[in-house]
Amino acid sequence: MNIDAQDLKRTPLYNEHVKLGGKMVPFAGYEMPVQYSGLREEHLAVRSGVGIFDVSHMGEFMVTGHEAEALVSWICSNAVHKIDDFQAQYNCMPNKDGGIVDDLIVYRFNPNKYMLVVNASNEEKDWKWINDRIEEKGFDCQIENQSEHMSLIAVQGPTASDLVQKLTDTDCSAIKFYHFAVGTVAGVEDVIISGTGYTGSGGFELYVKNADAVKVWNALLQEGESMGIRPCGLGARDTLRLEKGYCLYGNDIDDTTSPLEAGLGWITKFSEPFVHMEYHQKLKEDGVKRKLVGFEMIDKGIPRQLYVVVNEEGEKIGEVTSGTQSPSLNKAIGMAYVQPEYSKAGTEIYIQIRNKTLKAEVAKIPFL
Amino acid sequence: MNFPEDLKYTKEHEWIRVEGDVATVGVSDFAQGELGDVVFVEIETEGETLGKDEVFGTVEAVKTVSDLFMPLSGEVIEVNAELESNPEAVNTSPYEDGWMIKIRMSDSSELDSLMDVAAYKEMIGQ
Repeated sequence: MNIDAQDLKRTPLYNEHVKLGGKMVPFAGYEMPVQYSGLREEHLAVRSGVGIFDVSHMGEFMVTGHEAEALVSWICSNAVHKIDDFQAQYNCMPNKDGGIVDDLIVYRFNPNKYMLVVNASNEEKDWKWINDRIEEKGFDCQIENQSEHMSLIAVQGPTASDLVQKLTDTDCSAIKFYHFAVGTVAGVEDVIISGTGYTGSGGFELYVKNADAVKVWNALLQEGESMGIRPCGLGARDTLRLEKGYCLYGNDIDDTTSPLEAGLGWITKFSEPFVHMEYHQKLKEDGVKRKLVGFEMIDKGIPRQLYVVVNEEGEKIGEVTSGTQSPSLNKAIGMAYVQPEYSKAGTEIYIQIRNKTLKAEVAKIPFL
Repeated sequence: MNFPEDLKYTKEHEWIRVEGDVATVGVSDFAQGELGDVVFVEIETEGETLGKDEVFGTVEAVKTVSDLFMPLSGEVIEVNAELESNPEAVNTSPYEDGWMIKIRMSDSSELDSLMDVAAYKEMIGQ
């Protein structure tokens, strides 16, 4: 697909990115900053202090009505009924072929009100998928696409909580991991302060109305200046998540990968029925044919998506899904689907990088 | 961004410094900025004679991998070995410490196909 610049959407923070020297690139139909000062510097700021990311391209669907919970439970693989009000849960939506429609975060406000946060690249597909399931089963609930009205700022890093606390009366220390509160941040009311993130360094994600995004963003930058805050782009977001072994839709998981193959068995619970769960139950009983593993390069080279993985005999045993030079570890790391017999940590595998076959070793994830 | 006046440039964002029949090659300040943090420069063509536009190596940034093209035909007589341990020199010093190869030119008339600084700046909109 060839997307012309004029077809790309912009988040409410677009002008701020340009002012900050952000290098704007097309991503999931948006013009997004891939980096500002430099990927490595941004990455390390999040690991050691605090960084902020504009992730307003993410999609938000609000589900309300007395069968809101029934719908969300039906479309999601995890045990949605187990979470309480003001709690969030990582999930995936299984498709009819055993693959994944999308991975998402489910927020429960109350049993009659949920928010689903989905990948920007899948927003249209998800919207249709969920509406088709509502129609199919006749769930008594309403779904509203708020994506065009909501912005999302991720404040991440070991000092992120201190920073957000400076801007709110809500007790941030009381918001546990994968819980949330609704409060006032930087004078802006009704901000969803969510103890979630995609970096593995702790912090919050702040959902705000579009009209308030610039105010909150700039307040964070100003208040965070003395803490060495950095605005961070999608480049650092990707290296940060990869060091923690978090899946990226479109790379590590997609319509053809099972959550069980992707190491997402922990969010695939058969205690309550979900759509097309039979396939996954059978796969669990039969055993998967491939597994997503982490690996580190031993020979010098950087793995990239779609590079072929071979065994010592040179036979193809899998494919790389994500790869990068890790800024924290200063080594090349990646994730790949391999045949299960090659999935144990310490197993030697080989990655075909351009015209060479280079040695790597299966590693435990997270890498860090 | 800095673009020295005494260098020649290519569409692939390489710079060329000519001294006698030897051309030193690297990537421009613009190119290093577009690449982002360079983490690996792989050049294994030392001693080989390659034609203009052939690939002589690869530069990898954290998120991208790009081929490096011969701006001129000739023999690759030297590779900057320092880049193996210090690839970030491509970012911090693109025209000095970040040089990549030296070519013994086989056809100096090819120099006419290279851009001067004004033409290069115009191409990248500077």
